[in-house]
Amino acid sequence: MNSQQTIIQLTSIDRVFQLGDTSVQALHDINLTIRQGEYIAVMGPSGSGKSTLLNLLGLLDRPDRGSYELAGRDVTTLNSDEQASVRSKSIGFIFQSFHLVPRLTAAANIELPLVLAGVGVKERAAIVLQAIHDYGLADRAQHRPNELSGGQRQRVAIARATVMRPLVLLADEPTGNLDRATGEEVVRLLEALNQQGMTLIVVTHDQALGARAHRQIHMVDGAIVHDSAQDLIVKEG
Amino acid sequence: MLIKDSANFALQAVIAHRMRSVLTLLGIAVGIAAVILLTSIGEGVHRFVLAEFTQFGTNVIGISPGKVKTGGQPPSGIPTTARLLTMDDALSLKQLPNVLGATPTVWGNAELAANGRLRRTLVYGVDADFTQVFSSTVRIGNFLPRDDRDARALVVLGSKLRQELFGHENPLGARVRIGGLHFRVIGVMAPKGQFLGVDLDDTAYIPAERALELFNREGLMEIHVIYKEGASVANVAAAVKARLKLRHGAEDFTVVTQEDMLNTLSNILDILTMAVGALGGISLLVGGVGIVTIMTIAVSERKNEIGLMMALGAQRLTVLYLFLGESIVLAALGGLLGLVFGVAAAQSLQLLLPALPVHTPLSFAFGALAVSALIGLLAGVMPARRASLLDPIDALRAE
Repeated sequence: MNSQQTIIQLTSIDRVFQLGDTSVQALHDINLTIRQGEYIAVMGPSGSGKSTLLNLLGLLDRPDRGSYELAGRDVTTLNSDEQASVRSKSIGFIFQSFHLVPRLTAAANIELPLVLAGVGVKERAAIVLQAIHDYGLADRAQHRPNELSGGQRQRVAIARATVMRPLVLLADEPTGNLDRATGEEVVRLLEALNQQGMTLIVVTHDQALGARAHRQIHMVDGAIVHDSAQDLIVKEG
Repeated sequence: MLIKDSANFALQAVIAHRMRSVLTLLGIAVGIAAVILLTSIGEGVHRFVLAEFTQFGTNVIGISPGKVKTGGQPPSGIPTTARLLTMDDALSLKQLPNVLGATPTVWGNAELAANGRLRRTLVYGVDADFTQVFSSTVRIGNFLPRDDRDARALVVLGSKLRQELFGHENPLGARVRIGGLHFRVIGVMAPKGQFLGVDLDDTAYIPAERALELFNREGLMEIHVIYKEGASVANVAAAVKARLKLRHGAEDFTVVTQEDMLNTLSNILDILTMAVGALGGISLLVGGVGIVTIMTIAVSERKNEIGLMMALGAQRLTVLYLFLGESIVLAALGGLLGLVFGVAAAQSLQLLLPALPVHTPLSFAFGALAVSALIGLLAGVMPARRASLLDPIDALRAE
């Protein structure tokens, strides 16, 4: 796939939450174009709408207005089952709190998206084995999450997010629950995936982490106030 | 998601909370065990009673005086204006096609004196067809003779009665006084055992005419007809009715086939079995409520997991099925455990109380498993629906 191809196109996205009598404008007139293989950090203070944006990109939430095209397909109008299938095939989630299923082993956690997608047992086993090997989890594969360190847990989560070979990897504060060294290790892992061509979108408070991305998007009060890609255009212009 | 994976997933979830799962499925197990035990006893009694009734053969028709629409029998001894059944009625029925024999029946309690001993016992007034109609056999001597128009004063003793009156002596030819009449012993019956607690061997059989005289009755209490094996019971019953109607001018009698009686009895016993089963069902209901409770708690506890599954591309229906599956696995395991408990309890009960008939049909066992799975399904619907309708973002954010 051409690395310059547009993979995400948001046009005039609004998202309003109703909290009791007051309505909160979580996203306001968001226009965003993301190309295949980009590495983007979404930054901003709490309540700036960056998590809402991430949920929207991950099809966990629907905009009240505007359109969202993923890989050239308008996904705003899909019903919830169709959206689930898009999530399954095209989107990988990485969470701050890992969200591993506590009763399942590391290997079973990694296998989960394949199981949910109905992939056959043999095919699954091969993919999981490869992932366990790739993420250096070979000796921890049969351990449950409570027997793993934070870094190992997040590696399991990353392996799980990538076994379906998604187009886009969405990471919400991926290093938020990790110490500096482990966080660094996890970020390097994500960057390596990005170098292999996977589009990586990271939501973070961490300035240092944000600065490592190739493109920074700053949000305040539900709007994009700064997008480093536009600086480039301005400079080039 | 593959069915095998879903089942596996549900099973893992059940195993993850061992203690909780075992306690919950114990509720279902107790219910199923109660249902199995109670219905086993009910079914055992059912079979016991039917076996008691069929020991005389099933191709018997009973005719009693008076028209009773419900098929029951008026208690004898109560005065009635119904036209009497007579000896001639009984003789006439013997002539019908497919009828092998017909015996008039009059019975009552009387005092017997013989060999210097006294005994109060049941005395049946019958005729020569009796042995055929009630599948009885004579051990010594003969039964009452055929074509005995004078109805000589002869008596055949039941085996126990003979024992009580004569011990090991040969009673044939001995004189027995019954009430105020004198009879001569011509035979002794083979032991027949008990029928619903009545000792069939502690009886004496005399000609029906003599019994009418003895008990001072005008008419017979019943006529029993035996017909050819394989003949249509409806046809024979119709022929009996037609003949008696012709003789009486109206249907002032009641014909009850053994089949009718067994059906009625069987229905009553089925209701009994169902009633005790329903009693056990109450505890099953309580077990079902336990499953609803525990599944509701499980859904609240595992909101994160539900949100995650949705983020990983699980459709709402998949989430619904997973939780339903968990509830069914829980209930089915409980059902299996209850089945084992119930059958074990029924069997040990039989060891402790051999007189109590107990029987667990295979269909009950499968039925119990199906019912427990159904309870799991019903109990799981509400919590599983709640899980499938969660908002993934809220679910992921839940603590």
